[in-house]
Amino acid sequence: MKSASEAWDAARGAEIIAEHAGLEGATLVILHALQEAFRYVPQPAIPMVADALNLSRAEVHGAFTFYHDFRHAPAGRHVLKLCRAEACQAAGGDALAARAEAKLGIALGHTTADEHVTLEPIYCLGLCATAPSAMLDGRIVGRLDEARLDALVAEAQR
Amino acid sequence: MSLRVFIPRDAGAVAVGADEVAIAFEATAAKRGIALEIVRTGSRGLYWLEPMVEVATAKGRVAFGPMTTADVAAVADAMIADGPHLLRRGVAEDIPWLKRQTRLTFARCGVIDPSSVDDYRAHGGYKGFERALTLGADGILADVTTSGLRGRGGAGFPTGIKWKTVAQTSAERKYIVCNADEGDSGTFADRMIMEGDPFVVIEGMTIAGVAVGATKGYIYIRSEYPHAVVAMNEAIKAARKAGYLGSRIGDSAHDFDLEVRVGAGAYVCGEETSLLESLEGRRGIVRAKPPLPAHKGLFGKPTVINNVLSFAAIPFILAGGAKAYAEFGMGRSRGTMPIQLAGNISRGGLFETAFGITLGELIDDVGGGTLSGRPVRAVQVGGPLGAYFPRALFDTPFDYEAFASRDGLIGHGGIVVFDDTVDMAKQARFAMEFCAVESCGKCTPCRIGSTRGVETIDKIRSGERVAENIAVVEDLCNTMKFGSLCALGGFTPYPVMSALKHFREDFGPAPTRLQGAE
Repeated sequence: MKSASEAWDAARGAEIIAEHAGLEGATLVILHALQEAFRYVPQPAIPMVADALNLSRAEVHGAFTFYHDFRHAPAGRHVLKLCRAEACQAAGGDALAARAEAKLGIALGHTTADEHVTLEPIYCLGLCATAPSAMLDGRIVGRLDEARLDALVAEAQR
Repeated sequence: MSLRVFIPRDAGAVAVGADEVAIAFEATAAKRGIALEIVRTGSRGLYWLEPMVEVATAKGRVAFGPMTTADVAAVADAMIADGPHLLRRGVAEDIPWLKRQTRLTFARCGVIDPSSVDDYRAHGGYKGFERALTLGADGILADVTTSGLRGRGGAGFPTGIKWKTVAQTSAERKYIVCNADEGDSGTFADRMIMEGDPFVVIEGMTIAGVAVGATKGYIYIRSEYPHAVVAMNEAIKAARKAGYLGSRIGDSAHDFDLEVRVGAGAYVCGEETSLLESLEGRRGIVRAKPPLPAHKGLFGKPTVINNVLSFAAIPFILAGGAKAYAEFGMGRSRGTMPIQLAGNISRGGLFETAFGITLGELIDDVGGGTLSGRPVRAVQVGGPLGAYFPRALFDTPFDYEAFASRDGLIGHGGIVVFDDTVDMAKQARFAMEFCAVESCGKCTPCRIGSTRGVETIDKIRSGERVAENIAVVEDLCNTMKFGSLCALGGFTPYPVMSALKHFREDFGPAPTRLQGAE
C-alpha cells in the first residue's frame, strides 16, 4: 500500500528543494515534498532549505517544528490515524481509540517496536456525519465500529 | 439497455464504500451486458444515505442508498426494470430531507461532475462572473453589500465592507486568499463544496479578484483533506484551460490565477492572520490587528481573506441574486447557511437553509435525534470553540446574534450531537487540552491559561476542593476570553463555561457557595 521511500540523499534533497524554491513562501511546500520523498524531514535538509530560500536556519527549523505533520524520524511502515475530535468522540471514538491502543500495545502517537505501525490521533477528517473515522496510509474509513477497526489494525500489522 | 449512474467521489461517501460500490456496478454491468456510464459526482450531503447512487430516468435522477456492494446486483436490476427496492428513495430532489432545504450555495453539489467546466456552465456556472465583468468593481461591491453576506468562517464580518476596504487600498499587488483550513470538528461544508463543486469557489474568488483588482489567489487547504486538494487542483487546471484563469480571463482585460497550498496540521492556521503567516512559509503565529489583512495581508499586501463558503456564495449573488439572497434569513443574518449535522445523529449531513430555523428543529426534526437511540443531552454548535447547549436552549434560532445572546456562537455552522452517556467535565477538559496543544504560543492567556485549565479541571474531576477550583476555572476563562489575541484562546471558554453552566452536575457535587452567583 505504502509507496517505497528513498533513503536520505543530499543530491536528491537539493533537487527537491530547487524544484520549489522559486515559489512565494516556499518553506512549507518544500518540507511537504521532502517528507513525501523520505517519509520524514531529515535534519541535514534544514540548512539546505535555509540556503535556498535565503532564510536563517532558525526560521526554517522554527517552521519545521511548529507543524504537527512534519516528522523528525520515519514513521512505521503503515500509519493508522484515528480521529479524536468531538464528533467522533460523540459517536464512540474514545472506546475505539482505547481498543486500537490495546491491540497494538502502544499509546496514540507511538510506533510499534517492529516498526510496522504508527498509531496517531488526528483532529478531524471532515467525515463527521459518518463518524467515527480513521485513515490508514491515506485511505479514509467512516462509520468505524469494532469489526472495521480490527480489520484496519490487522491490515496495518501485515 | 444502457444505464447512466451517478456515484459520489466525495470523501464522506468514499469512506463508507462508494469506490467499492462503483467497481461492483461495473462488474454487474459487464456480467449483464449492459452499457453503463458512471459519473462520479460530489455528495448531495445526505450522509445518512451514503453511499447514495442515482440513476438517470425520464422522471429525473432516482436515488438508492445507503448502498453496500452486496446490494449492487439487485439495485441494478431495479434500475433496469424501474422496479421497487428496499433502498429506493425516489427522485433525489423529492427526498423530504433535501426538498425542505434552500440550496443556493450547494445547488450543484452532488449533481454535477466536479471536474467538468462544461457541466458547471450547463448548470448556471460562470453566469455570476460574466455579469460581474459587465458590472465592474463598483457594481460588484454594491451587489455583495446588498446581499448582506457575512463571513461564513465564523466571525460573520460583512463581506462587502471587507472587499471595499481592499478595493480602496492602492497597491501594485493584491491577493485573494481562500481559507479552507476547516479544522472545526463537526464541520465539513468546505470539504464538500471543494470536492463536489470546486468551480463555484474558483468563480467566487475570481469575482473577488475583479472587484478589488487582485491578480493572484491562494487556496489554503488543510492536509487532512487530500481529496479536496486533488479536486481543487483538477478544477483549477480545467478552468485555466477554458480561459477562466490565467491572463485575460473570460476575454476581459483582467488577469487572475490561483494556486492551492496545503497546511500541515496546525488548527490555529484557520485563524486568518496565522494562515497568512503559514502561507508565507513561517510558523503559524497569530498577528496582532491592526493592521487588518485588508490593508496589510499576505506578504504585506492588501488581501481579501474569506472562508470557502463566503466565496462559494458569491456566484449566486452576482448572477442577479443579491436581493433574493438578502430576502432569506432573519435579523442581521441574511441568506442561507449550510448547517452541518454531525456526531451521534440519526440523519447527519449538510442542511442548507435560511437563517432562523431553531436548534430543536435541526436536531429532532431534521436530524432525527441520536443514532444510538438514547436521549440527546448536549449539542456543541460551532466547533471546538463553540458552546455546549442543553435541550432547554433548543428554541434558539440559528442566527449569529441569537446564539451570541445565549453565550454561544454558530461559527462555521457545525452541530455535534451527544447522547446522555456524555461526561461534560471530560468535554470541558478536552476543550482546554485542545487549546493547549494547538495554541500558537504568542499570548499568555491562551498558552498558559489552557494548561492551567486542564490541571484545574483534573482536580475538580478527582473531587479536590471542587468549589474553589470551579472558581479558578471561571476566573481563568474570564482572563482567556478577554485577554487572548485570537479566537483560539478567546473562545475556548465557550465550551468550558457552557459545560459548567448547563451541566454543573457533572463537575462533582453542586457547590452551595457558588449557586447564588448564577
